[in-house]
Amino acid sequence: MLDLTFDTPTPKTIAGAKYDWELVIGMEVHAQVASKAKLFSGASTKFGAEPNSNVAFVDAAMPGMLPVINEFCVEQAVRTGLGLKAEIHLKSAFDRKNYFYPDLPQGYQISQLYHPIVGEGEVIVDMEPGIARRVRIERIHIEQDAGKSIHDMDPNMSFVDLNRTGVALMEIVSCPDIRGPEEAAAYIAKIRQILRYLGTCDGNMQNGNLRADVNVSICRAGQYEKYMETQDFSHLGTRCEIKNMNSMRFIQQAIDVEARRQIAIVEAGGEVHQETRLYDPDKGETRSMRSKEEAHDYRYFPCPDLLPLEIEQEWVDDIAKTLPELPDEKKARFVGDYGLSEYDASVLTAEVISADFFEKVASTAGDGKLAANWVINELFGRLKKEDHSIEDSPVSPAQLAGIIKLIKSDTISGKIAKDLFEIVYTEGGDPDAIVEARGMKQVTDTGAIEAAVDEIIAANPAQVEKAKANPKLAGWFVGQVMKATGGKANPKAVNQIVAQKLKD
Amino acid sequence: MSIDIATAAKVAKLARIKVEDDALPALAQEFNDILGFIEQLNEVDVDGVEPMVSVTPMRLKRRADVVTDGDQPEKVLKNAPDAREGFFAVPKVVE
Repeated sequence: MLDLTFDTPTPKTIAGAKYDWELVIGMEVHAQVASKAKLFSGASTKFGAEPNSNVAFVDAAMPGMLPVINEFCVEQAVRTGLGLKAEIHLKSAFDRKNYFYPDLPQGYQISQLYHPIVGEGEVIVDMEPGIARRVRIERIHIEQDAGKSIHDMDPNMSFVDLNRTGVALMEIVSCPDIRGPEEAAAYIAKIRQILRYLGTCDGNMQNGNLRADVNVSICRAGQYEKYMETQDFSHLGTRCEIKNMNSMRFIQQAIDVEARRQIAIVEAGGEVHQETRLYDPDKGETRSMRSKEEAHDYRYFPCPDLLPLEIEQEWVDDIAKTLPELPDEKKARFVGDYGLSEYDASVLTAEVISADFFEKVASTAGDGKLAANWVINELFGRLKKEDHSIEDSPVSPAQLAGIIKLIKSDTISGKIAKDLFEIVYTEGGDPDAIVEARGMKQVTDTGAIEAAVDEIIAANPAQVEKAKANPKLAGWFVGQVMKATGGKANPKAVNQIVAQKLKD
Repeated sequence: MSIDIATAAKVAKLARIKVEDDALPALAQEFNDILGFIEQLNEVDVDGVEPMVSVTPMRLKRRADVVTDGDQPEKVLKNAPDAREGFFAVPKVVE
């Protein structure tokens, strides 16, 4: 049983002046393929190089230069398609999307409009334990990225760097199945997680390696259900596309702002015009990119420089064999095999490296739940405090498992274990040896505990009287005994003995 | 298919080719002549015929993911009308 069951989240509604409105969102995610060389040239894709140094004559669109496709990029698109449970098209083709912009020297982008390499798939977007949205993927195609324009170096000029020109992108197009700003952010997060599991894109949003165009429209309650029944878009409102978003926070803000703008227009009796807009986070508004509207009559046609891309089923099968365990399956397995809560399983499977770390701890310590607690609460908490990631954890899985084993064998108490963890975190060392060397072992010798209890009782006759009248006050004695033993007494034993002695 | 003057003007604009207003009627007529000639192909029955994309029995050539090019900014910028600090410099384009 690999699937966890889930319910569908309630769509976000925004109250207008007259009606309540629902949101309908579709996304185009552009993911940079994690390749060394570009899609159609042998220039490097390395980020942060000197301007125009990662440029081949093909990328600069010098006359007579012809594109030759990078097989690895094709493989990554197929891999991504398989990871999104999508159909793979053995035959696809490239088209030219024509427009003029200084950072596009060819005057067209090579893309796949008519015959994309990947067809319909799906992704399960987790919102909270037991609640998730199934978002349909319409297609994934391969295309070239454009260059970068810098506008703030000179008052009258724009500066163009072609290093990014021709880098391979996968455009992942969803159906309009996303129903609110939070779902949109969760969708991007899930796509990013899957891409990182697959290794096909590093998911770095800050560098622009993962960015999204967001299509937003509004509708009255019930309209979306009619669309789902018929797949007829006329049941939905006119959509606007917000371009080029690379922050989850801004994506959410932009959707909210854009939906409210559309609601105001429609409630005032106006009409939303389909257009491309840009989100301005400083002003908290979306603006029409009017100058781009007319220019974006793309006049697509098949690229005469490239034959159709034909791949073999055996190759696709070979790629399928190398797919890793994906987030949904891993999460379900953690819930099933280790008895974790779905929430804990989600936290641990967010990144492959965290999941692997946890599994090493759990298998060595022989206790999944305890391992999950320690990895999530102590280790992640401590790492976060110092802004470290799991990669730089000073505590190894073996060390953490060692601490957990000491708890399980009742050698140390939970409280002492936290002190031990701190020592291992800051100083390193073998947990067993540290406990031995620093006398941190738990006192389970009832004789010693009894002696400590007797001493405290003898010294506090007034407290004893009160505790006899009110058994809840026994806790005070337990605390005193723990203090007297430096926290090393077994708390369970102390509780029992205190209760017994107070009764006598 | 018929191209009117407005369409001819739009196509010219999209292609960034300057055409004076008085040259548009003749341009539209030329488009119509060319398209009319090509439209003869519509007479051929191509039902069930797969589109032929190449006359040579070739498959798309692929290359390995290896960096073999680049590191030549001076050559890339050599023909630029204006280049500064390693960038192409163009009249300001900003949204």
